[in-house]
Amino acid sequence: MRLQYPSNIKVIQLPCSGRVDILHLLKAFEDGADGVYVAGCKEGDCHFLTGNFKARRKVNYVKQVLAALGIEPERIEMFNMSSAEGPRFAQVAREFTQTIQELGPSPVKTAQAA
Amino acid sequence: MKAGSNLEKVLAAGHFAVTGELGPPRGNNAEEVRHKAHYLKGIVDSVNITDNQTAVVRMASWAACKILIDEGLEPNYQMVCRDRNRIALMSDILGATALGIKNVLCLSGDHQRFGDHPEGKNVYDLDSVQLISIFKKMRDEGKFLNDKELDGAPGIFIGAAANPFADPFTWRAVRMGKKIAAGADFIQTQCIYNLPKFREFMKMAVDRGLHEKCAILAGITPLKSVGMAKYMAKFVPGMDVPEELVKRLQGVDKKAQGDEGIKIAIEMIQEIRETIPGVAGVHVMAIEWEHRAKEIVEGAGLLPRPVVD
Amino acid sequence: MIVGDSKPLEEILEMIEGKDKVLVLGCRGCVTVCNVGGEKEVGILATALRIARKKRGLPTSIEERTLERQCDPEYIEELAEAAEGYDAIVSIACGVGPQFVAERFPKVRVFPGINTTFIGGALEHGVWSERCQSCGNCLVHNFGGLCPIARCSKSLMNGPCGGSANKKCEISPEVDCVWHLIVEKMAEMGRLEELERVWPVKNWITSRDGGPRRRVREDLKQ
Repeated sequence: MRLQYPSNIKVIQLPCSGRVDILHLLKAFEDGADGVYVAGCKEGDCHFLTGNFKARRKVNYVKQVLAALGIEPERIEMFNMSSAEGPRFAQVAREFTQTIQELGPSPVKTAQAA
Repeated sequence: MKAGSNLEKVLAAGHFAVTGELGPPRGNNAEEVRHKAHYLKGIVDSVNITDNQTAVVRMASWAACKILIDEGLEPNYQMVCRDRNRIALMSDILGATALGIKNVLCLSGDHQRFGDHPEGKNVYDLDSVQLISIFKKMRDEGKFLNDKELDGAPGIFIGAAANPFADPFTWRAVRMGKKIAAGADFIQTQCIYNLPKFREFMKMAVDRGLHEKCAILAGITPLKSVGMAKYMAKFVPGMDVPEELVKRLQGVDKKAQGDEGIKIAIEMIQEIRETIPGVAGVHVMAIEWEHRAKEIVEGAGLLPRPVVD
Repeated sequence: MIVGDSKPLEEILEMIEGKDKVLVLGCRGCVTVCNVGGEKEVGILATALRIARKKRGLPTSIEERTLERQCDPEYIEELAEAAEGYDAIVSIACGVGPQFVAERFPKVRVFPGINTTFIGGALEHGVWSERCQSCGNCLVHNFGGLCPIARCSKSLMNGPCGGSANKKCEISPEVDCVWHLIVEKMAEMGRLEELERVWPVKNWITSRDGGPRRRVREDLKQ
């Protein structure tokens, strides 16, 4: 199965979405990412039981930080999918890219360029 | 006699006492105090003047008490520990008694988070039990808390509150006992709607012999409407309004609910007086309904009030 | 431990407005344990501040450092060489930190990055509860190991008041009525009678009410 997903997405692999750190997410924005999303297992399917729930809470925390900084919180999201759902992975990638494209470039990046 | 107040005399003579309540205005409208007072004159033996009740700023209790004295009524000066430390509480009781106030009711006070200035700092240097003991010491020993002699000791009839419906229930009579041990001469209870529970509370009090050491007055507040009954049941902490009372009010026409509430209050007073041992009187809190206090007291067969010398 | 809360980012941004070179300074003491002012939180706050600066095209000299403690001058001293190179230091220690740093480096503007909230403990990960008011005269053994001063909204010594309902305090259903817990606990221990004592007024002179406190241990002084 060779599924197409947008080439502008840089995938960073983690052993579990629970391993993602608030700092990882913020650093991505600091370094100019226009959007960041965490793809975790389906709720209830975490091998470590609660990793994906923890990831969602961290994503929500970062949403608050972005809002406080005047950056659209929609630039960060959490999605749940199983590793067997290749088409869903590609679909989420396309949809999120679409969302970010509608939001435009990150204000962090545009200010730097100006 | 400890204070020689009318309330003290009525109780000492063995009469079933009746006290009332008056909330000072949210301003300096002295006329409003006089207006409410005239509804209570001759109806009750003395009138509680609340002290910034529910932590809402109102005319100072002592000042409204003085207005009542000038109108020929006897006030019960309510004092809460929320707003004053020991210095101010002792100072205020000296000032109050100098103005002729003879009864005081010692309370912890509703937390200011309920009130109209929830951002304020509270005091709670003392609790109500400790306040009672200090006033008793001032009266009986003529001394301040620090053992220094007073230049003129306050003659005060000391009151306290008890809530039979707060939790933990079995501790309620014990805590009332602590107030009596600290020096309370009379107790006024929280509004009673659940009679069986009050009966149980009084049994615990009587078993401890508390009614022999102190006059226990049962709190009565007429329900004005179904809305008020529901509000009290739901939002006033430590208030117990049984469902059947709400239903009884719902059973009458909206306009007649107030009359029904008064009828309920009268029946309660009669039942308490006739069937619950250890109760020395009633405290009728017709909140913002002072003009109807007379109907209740009269309906309960408690008029005219005794004149005791 | 001393428990704190992060200040809103907006407030911190306002504090450091116009200050080019900023140090976010953490502490490995209590605030690390309660996840509000340790090395990790220094990283998060500094990154957020850098993002905010970048977004406005401003210089992003926001540095990070975490001291062993900010309540001991010997650790503050580690900043001796660097401190004056900053236009602002945001201390995310408890209220002691920004004061000690400001006292040692009077030329540098020092800001508190957290609000110190209470002395308490963790009930579970991410939940803390106030347990001590540092009244200076501990009495908890008399009340079944529960403190009525810190945990009763009215600091009653002869509680519970008439506002206790369903084990909760009148101020909020979120707050336990500690006096309910005290009565229950003493009953369990068979010590209920001890609570019948009328507790005399408390001497608050050892508390904050007696003025700012200071402690001197002659045996330790040098």
